[in-house]
Amino acid sequence: MRWAIPAAVVPVLVLLAYGFRTDPREIPSPLLGRPAAAFSLTTFAGSPLSLEDLRGKVVMLNFWASWCVPACYEEAPALERTWRAYKDKGVMVVGVDVQDKEEAAREFLRRFDHSFPNAPDPRGRVSVDYGVYGVPETFFIDRKGRVRFKHVGALTDEIARRHLDALLKEPS
Amino acid sequence: MIPELGYGATVAAFVLALWGAVAAVASARTGRAALLRSGERAAVGAWALVTACIALMLYAFLTFDFSVQYVAVNTNRGTPFYYRITALWGALEGSIVLWSWMLSIYTLIVVVQYRRRQPELYPWVLSVMLGILAFFLLVMTIPAPPFERLTPIPADGRGLNPLLQDSGMITHPVALYLGFTGFTVPFAFAMAALIVGRTGEEWITITRRWTIIAWYFLSLGLLIGGWWSYHVLGWGGYWAWDPVENAAFMPFLTATAFLHSVMVQERRRMLKLWNLSLIILTFGLTIFGTFLTRSGIIGSVHSFTQGSIGVFFLAFLALVLLGSFSLLASRVERLRAEGVLDSVVSRESTFLLNNLFLVAATFTVFFGTVFPLLSEAVRGVKISVGAPFFNLVNIPVFLALLFLMGVGPLIAWRRASAKNLKRNFLKPVVAGLVAAAALRALGVANGLVLTTMALVVFVAGTIALDLFRAVRARRRSGDDWGAATWGLLLRQNRRYGGFIVHLGILVIALGVAGSQAWSVQKEVTLDKGQSTELAGYHVRFDGLSASEESNHGKVTGAFTVTNGRAGGHMLYPAKKFYPQEQSPIAAVDYQLGWIEDIYLVLGDFAPDGSHATVKLQVNRMVSWLWLGGLVLTLGAALAILPDARRPA
Repeated sequence: MRWAIPAAVVPVLVLLAYGFRTDPREIPSPLLGRPAAAFSLTTFAGSPLSLEDLRGKVVMLNFWASWCVPACYEEAPALERTWRAYKDKGVMVVGVDVQDKEEAAREFLRRFDHSFPNAPDPRGRVSVDYGVYGVPETFFIDRKGRVRFKHVGALTDEIARRHLDALLKEPS
Repeated sequence: MIPELGYGATVAAFVLALWGAVAAVASARTGRAALLRSGERAAVGAWALVTACIALMLYAFLTFDFSVQYVAVNTNRGTPFYYRITALWGALEGSIVLWSWMLSIYTLIVVVQYRRRQPELYPWVLSVMLGILAFFLLVMTIPAPPFERLTPIPADGRGLNPLLQDSGMITHPVALYLGFTGFTVPFAFAMAALIVGRTGEEWITITRRWTIIAWYFLSLGLLIGGWWSYHVLGWGGYWAWDPVENAAFMPFLTATAFLHSVMVQERRRMLKLWNLSLIILTFGLTIFGTFLTRSGIIGSVHSFTQGSIGVFFLAFLALVLLGSFSLLASRVERLRAEGVLDSVVSRESTFLLNNLFLVAATFTVFFGTVFPLLSEAVRGVKISVGAPFFNLVNIPVFLALLFLMGVGPLIAWRRASAKNLKRNFLKPVVAGLVAAAALRALGVANGLVLTTMALVVFVAGTIALDLFRAVRARRRSGDDWGAATWGLLLRQNRRYGGFIVHLGILVIALGVAGSQAWSVQKEVTLDKGQSTELAGYHVRFDGLSASEESNHGKVTGAFTVTNGRAGGHMLYPAKKFYPQEQSPIAAVDYQLGWIEDIYLVLGDFAPDGSHATVKLQVNRMVSWLWLGGLVLTLGAALAILPDARRPA
């Protein structure tokens, strides 16, 4: 009987341990399965960039910022590696720079030697359309132009590869 | 350089704390005093090293040393001097440093105070405190290293969370943590008493005083948190039953329960098992609170970091709860009550009821807080319970507690006679009913306000009556009124300190009831020059202006507020745009008053300043919360004073 006191603690601890399996920040995006919002931006290099032109390709749309320490810095090399590995397979990687100072953003791109198109989002309109909550966030858009996956936080090669391979396997 | 120095100091402090904990136990087992002295030196060393960590971190913040990742994330070159210091505890890693530092200070105080006075308990107390300190230092070493190096070194940092750039953030976490860490001392004494098997009265006396100190800091932390929420977050409220608020509220409830039930043990040698359980629960809840805040298992407005830290805290929580409750279970025989409950109408049973209500409130808050987890585990759906649940369950409980607050201190021990009841309670009960009836006649129809008012007047009446009688008795021995009152407060500081704390709670209760019942708000879009009216206030929109502050841009609205009586005054609610934030932060403007606050939040606006949306609130009696906090502070200070009647 006396051991009922310590024993009563156990279920509470089990429940809390269960909590690790869940992620309260993982809010499912209502955009999943919906057509991705159109955008047209001008890249840092000065060329036009619109989602419309990328139809038929699998698009990995990454929202980042130079002030986003450390997650954006962690994922930056993985983005470039993914781009190099997939650019000939019908994948487009697009970076959208959110609420940033232009100089700092250019410095960031130089540091990581990003060769895929990156554009500032001057009035934050694209990030609002995609319901970006914080940076980095990455959206995977299929060939038909629908948002299929959303990744919150730093992207890794494995996660990018998994989503891209899945989307590339689908018939166009 | 700083990252390496800091990391070295952390590891060294961990080793010292661990050694100290082991040495203290060994000395208790073997009786070798040299080991105990070594443990004490380890405690001093650990304190010095954690102090060095704090100093290094401050230095890194003040010199913008962005090679320290924590500095780079929580400050930037525009961060004002003031907030470069508070950024120290603005996020996870730094707040653990602050926690460890306070814990090391409490440990030092214990060493200085009790090394001679409590030879039997002291080695165990020291060991438990150093063991807990070692845990926090371990967290600083592995899952949440504050001195993590950042390479390459960025040119500028991210900047402190704008919501934390407020004066409340200087005092709120400090007070809260002094409260949280303070409960370690009573816990350590309780464990020592259980281990040694001396479950008599002396540990209780020591523990009670330490619990009041920790309780007071925790109350202060909660109130300052409410103030921060009220004047920074811009929703016009001070309490939202957010998981993190609940995390700090639960130990407050159990500690309050302990502070009352401990009197029953002192007086009647009852409730020993119960009191020990409350101490363990209170300490366990402080760890649970940190776990909840820091593991990120439950979403909250105080969204902090995730990572392996949650696992560390859960393991530690398991160790604390299972270990201490098992120890308690193994000592059950020694904890039998020596007294018995004689009558339901007695102070013992009033205190028991008070405890029952407080623990019930703790349980409902706990249940509501972990409910999203529970529902996800059982039904696979994440459902949160909001303020309606907490209010529905807790308001009746808190009203009942108010009632007991009036009864408890004056009802007789053992068995109250009809004469005792009539003498102490007849007049206050009448006063409470008359007050409620008068309010009703004045047109107040809100049941909650009327009930609260009746209870508040009743309780205040019992206190006033008691004080009046005691002062009158002292006056017979020749003192004048002032000297008699003052002498009484000092001589029976514990009793009257408690009464003053009760008065503070009454003032807070009125503030809560009044603000819940009578606050009004509306949201309107005004053209430049246009006015609107709310509860007798006329508010005119005079235009917008933009400015560039050191680390953010700011758009300020100008509003003229007139209320008919006096001339108008200006209020300037603003929106701040921090480059590192997605959305702008509202900067509220308000004018506080004893009866009501006028409170303006700027919403959307036209870039050319032609029109703006503004949220107007007239919040009634919110200031009473802050006033109540002040009264509570005075009472707690009086109660903490060394007891004048016996030598401490």
